[in-house]
This record gives sequence, C-alpha cells and structure tokens, in this order.
Amino acid sequence: MEQFLQQIASGLANGAIYACVALALVMIYVSTDHINFAQGEMAMFSTYISWQLMSWGLSFWVAFIVAVAFSFVLGVIIERVILRPLHNAPVLSIVVVFIGLLAICNSVAGAIWSYLIKEYPSPFPKSSFGIAGVIGPHQLGVVIVTLIVLSFLFVFFRYTPLGLAMRAAAQNPQMARLVGVRVDWMLALGWGLAAAVGAVAGIMVAHIVYLDPNMMGGILLYAFASALVGGIGNPGGAVLGGFIVGVLENMVAFAGNQIEKATGVYIIGNGEKLTVALIIVIFVLTVRPAGLFGRVVVKRV
Amino acid sequence: MPAFPKKWLWVLLAAAFLVPLLNPLLPDVVSDYRLFLVSTMIIAAIAVLGLNLLTGFNGQISLGHGAFYAVGAYTAAVLMDHLNMPYWLTLPCAAIVCFIVGYLFGLPALKLEGHYLALATFALALAVPQILKYKWLEGLTGGVQGIVLSKPEVPFGLPLTEDQWLYYYCLVVMVLLYWAAANILNSRSGRAMMAIRDQYMAADTMGIDTALYKTVTFGISAAYTGIAGALSASAIAFVAPDSFNFFLSIKFLIGLVVGGIGSLAGSVVGGIFYVLVDNSAQALSTFAKNDLGLQFDLSAYTVFGILLIVLMYLMPMGIVGGVYYLVRSLYSMRKPQAKEQAALKQRVSS
Repeated sequence: MEQFLQQIASGLANGAIYACVALALVMIYVSTDHINFAQGEMAMFSTYISWQLMSWGLSFWVAFIVAVAFSFVLGVIIERVILRPLHNAPVLSIVVVFIGLLAICNSVAGAIWSYLIKEYPSPFPKSSFGIAGVIGPHQLGVVIVTLIVLSFLFVFFRYTPLGLAMRAAAQNPQMARLVGVRVDWMLALGWGLAAAVGAVAGIMVAHIVYLDPNMMGGILLYAFASALVGGIGNPGGAVLGGFIVGVLENMVAFAGNQIEKATGVYIIGNGEKLTVALIIVIFVLTVRPAGLFGRVVVKRV
Repeated sequence: MPAFPKKWLWVLLAAAFLVPLLNPLLPDVVSDYRLFLVSTMIIAAIAVLGLNLLTGFNGQISLGHGAFYAVGAYTAAVLMDHLNMPYWLTLPCAAIVCFIVGYLFGLPALKLEGHYLALATFALALAVPQILKYKWLEGLTGGVQGIVLSKPEVPFGLPLTEDQWLYYYCLVVMVLLYWAAANILNSRSGRAMMAIRDQYMAADTMGIDTALYKTVTFGISAAYTGIAGALSASAIAFVAPDSFNFFLSIKFLIGLVVGGIGSLAGSVVGGIFYVLVDNSAQALSTFAKNDLGLQFDLSAYTVFGILLIVLMYLMPMGIVGGVYYLVRSLYSMRKPQAKEQAALKQRVSS
C-alpha cells in the first residue's frame, strides 16, 4: 500500500512536469495552430543556462529567474524572427522548421556544454519538505512550484487586460485586430510565455532525470500525450491530462512490476515508458482526437 | 520539374559502374574507403527516396521513417543471424515485413493529417530504440548489444574487393528501386497518389480509393526505407538499437528537404548530401575552430538544423529544384523569346 501511495505521489510529481510542458504546447497550439516539436529542446537549453549561471556562483533561485526570463525573450525572438514569415506556409514547412530548431538547440547545447551527463541540484531543503515514506522533498517542491506557476498563469489570463487581449488574439485574430489588439505581438508574447513555462519544467525536472542534451525527449513525448488526453486546444485539460498521464505512467510500471513479482512473467516496466507514451498518443489520436475535455471541431467544407 | 535528360542518365550510370574499375590506375582516388562511403550514400538515397514517396508525392508527413529503417535492418540482421539466410535474400524479406508494418501504421494514419500525423510519427521515432530493447524480443534482437554480422562476400570468384562488391550491390539495388519508383509515379496509381496530395477532396470525388492509396503508399514507402535499412545492416555488418534514434529520422528529413520534396532525382542528391555532411562534420568542426575562430564544436546537426530552416525560406523546392529554377530563369533572361515560344507551342498543342 505504501508503495502504491509512493507511486501515485511520484506520478503526480512527474505529472506536474508534463502539465507544464503540455501547457506550453497548448498555448502555442491555441494561438497559432502549430505543434512545437522544439519545446522540449528549448526547455533543455534554458536549463543549461541556469546550470551555467549557478556554476558561476549565483544562487538557485536567481539563476532560475534569469533563465526563465531568458527563455521568455528567446521565445519572443524565435516567434518574431523565424516563425512570423512562415505564417501562411504549408504544414510541412512549419514542421520542418520546428525540427530544425530542435536539431539546433540540441547540437548547440551539446557543443557548448558537452554530452556528458551532469548532476543538477535540488533547491528544496531535505529537512522541512516532504512526507516521510510517501513523497520526497524534491517531488513535493516540484508540485508546489508547478501549481504556483499554473495559478499565476490562470490569474494572468483570467484577470488582466493583457491576458484578455492574448486570449482574444488567439480566439479570433481578425476581430481582435479590429478592436485594437496588436495580434502579432500577442502571438509573440504567447510564445515567450510558453518558452518560460517550458523552462520552469526543464529546471524542475533536471534534478530527477539529470542534465544532458537529450533529457527532454521522453518528457516532450509524455507532454504530447498529456496535451492530447486533455484535448489539445484546452489549457485546463492539458494540465489535468498531465497529472493523469503522469500517474498512469507510474501505475503501468507499478502494475508490470507487481505482475512480474507475482507470476514471474515480464510484461512491462520502466524500460517501456516511451512505448507507453506512443501507444497513448496513437490511441487518443485515432479513437478520441478531441481528448477527454476538448470540443469536437466541426469543419465546414 | 521535367525529367532528367535520358542521355545524361545513361552517362551517369555508366560512370557509376566504371569508376571502381579505375582502382588500379588511381588507387588513392578510388580507394576502398571512398567506395564504402559512396555505398552508404546510395543506401541513404534509397531511404530518402522512400520518405519522398510518402511525404513528397502523397503529402503524408512522416518524422518517423527511422522506425522503418530499423525494422528493415533488424529483419535482415535476424534472418542472417538466426537462419543463416544469404544477404541478398534478406532484401525482399525486409521489404515485405516493412510493407506490412508500414501498411498497418498507415491505417491509424488515415485519420490523421498534417500536424497530427507528424506528431504520431514523431512519437514512433522516439520510441523505436526502446521497442528494440524490449525484453521479450531480446532473444531475436540481442538487446542493447545488438547483432554482429559479417560483410557480404564477393560471389563467383569475381576479382573485386569486399567494398567494391558492396558498392555494385547497392548500386544495382538503387537503380532497380529508382526505376520502379519512376514507373509507379508515372502510372495511373502514381497520378492518384499525387492527386490525393494536391486535392484530397477532389481525388475522393473522382472515385480514387483514397484510403487504399494512402495506406499502400505508406507501405511502399516503408518498404523502400526498410530495404535501405537491410542494405545498411549488411554494409555496416552490425545493428544496435541506439543507432536508430530520432536523429536518424532527422537525417532522412534533411535529405528530403535538401533534395527537394517531391523530386526523385532530388532524393538521391539529398541522401548523398546528408552522408557527406555527416562524415565531414569533424573536418567542418576543425575548420570552424581554426579558421572562423568559433570556441565550440560545430556538429553536423547544427548545420542540418540551420539548413532545414534556411531552405524552407529560400528554396522550398530543395537544392535541385532551386538550382533548376535559377538556371531556367537565367536562361530565359538571356533568351526572352524562348518563353513566348513555349507558351505559343502550348496553345497550339492544346
């Protein structure tokens, strides 16, 4: 039973990370209809920046804030410089550009900081955090930080004029433009915010998966699964989907473990995490493309 | 883009077949190592050709062709390792297995379009190394260690080295596959494939069985890439799960984009290109360090990434298409009446 609770708790901690990345994906998807394949690598890059700052002697939270601010700026720049001119380009061109971004982020990070796996510190004190036997200090900290970020975003989008303008620009760009919202800049801001949220996820997860240029591959895949489970056009759904998928992932591994213990037959374990994500992605896409909470989009042709 | 002039095609082919024979005359220029490199280029060209059939001619985006390459390579390796099958017989087997796998993956892909298909295939590409390491398959695939094979031996006592024989073997396979692809595209089925790409709804209305064509194209495309995988298994004489990671699929994509989406000749150029950049990455990196004064290593993937983005802006038709249009526009600038004549001809003929 205790093991079961532990698995759920660590599933929630992973889920918090997936929720952040999934939210970043959804923010870009809602406003531009693009799926950002480079989201994970951008987050990884920001994590390296925070690591670099820390190795120069800054404290964790200062490095955290600087890195997140940096990713915000980087996101805005990428949108303005690289994606703006491709607004009406065919899907294939956009996918190719995202894959190009992914390759650049990955290889440049590898070139600057090498492909050696690095340890990444946890900012949460061991003594005062966590509940013994159920959730570790870092996991609890991750959940708390994520919840703070998510509630900040919720307040921002729900109660500030800028947030309202951004939602308007995403929902109906033409009307928003008519009432004086600068839609182009809103999209760029959305990109910046998405990159910043992704960076938070990267920095939080680096202690768990260790820092290396390929660390976000699996996480991005799970974030896709989360976004799809929640309905890819639905921010709240994406967050919930993140937690669902995080717990599901650990439950599958846990169940596989129990089966192996009971019967001695290996079916599934930690080694098949990505395969599980692949199955979730394809299953949701083919069976229920709108996800659990998404609306079915009816297209008139 | 018009077809490559037939005359030049024969000249190129003859050159490709004769060049290795110059080895006794120019041992340094036509070394075994270079021939091996060209063989890997040919294999890459076949893989890109497969991807182009699907993405370029049928409009279905795939970021996961590394998966089919892996299936082909492993099919060949397992058959050679466990059943002692001769290496040339593994090609049709790999083609059949990959066709089936591709066809099956094409079924859910029917419901997906654009971004979603890219997403599903992206997930496939990421998961492949893990699937290959799956415990139950370990007896077949050799797990993390992979399978060590032996290189194809020269048959009939021909006076060739192993690498020379490998080169001819790959070249013949590529010529056959290229010829087959050109014929498919030039047939009723090929036109149906392209019609689905250009106007899905119209193609459907005209009575084309879109579901059948899309899944079968997925299968054929997977079979092409699988054959390339099987060839690479016998060329490198080794397969291991981690060599089939996502970056393999990125390489196919760069081959596709550089060569030109929807161009057969471009696929060959693209395949040659990515192997060339991949292999000269070391030289490139030292060049960047010493001559350009960069502080860090420039890896092949940085070049690939920049190229992917830049080409999408400047030459969406790929380098082959871009150069062709550049030449044509220069040509027509010199002879402005050529265009008018062409227009006149068209009017008369129609």
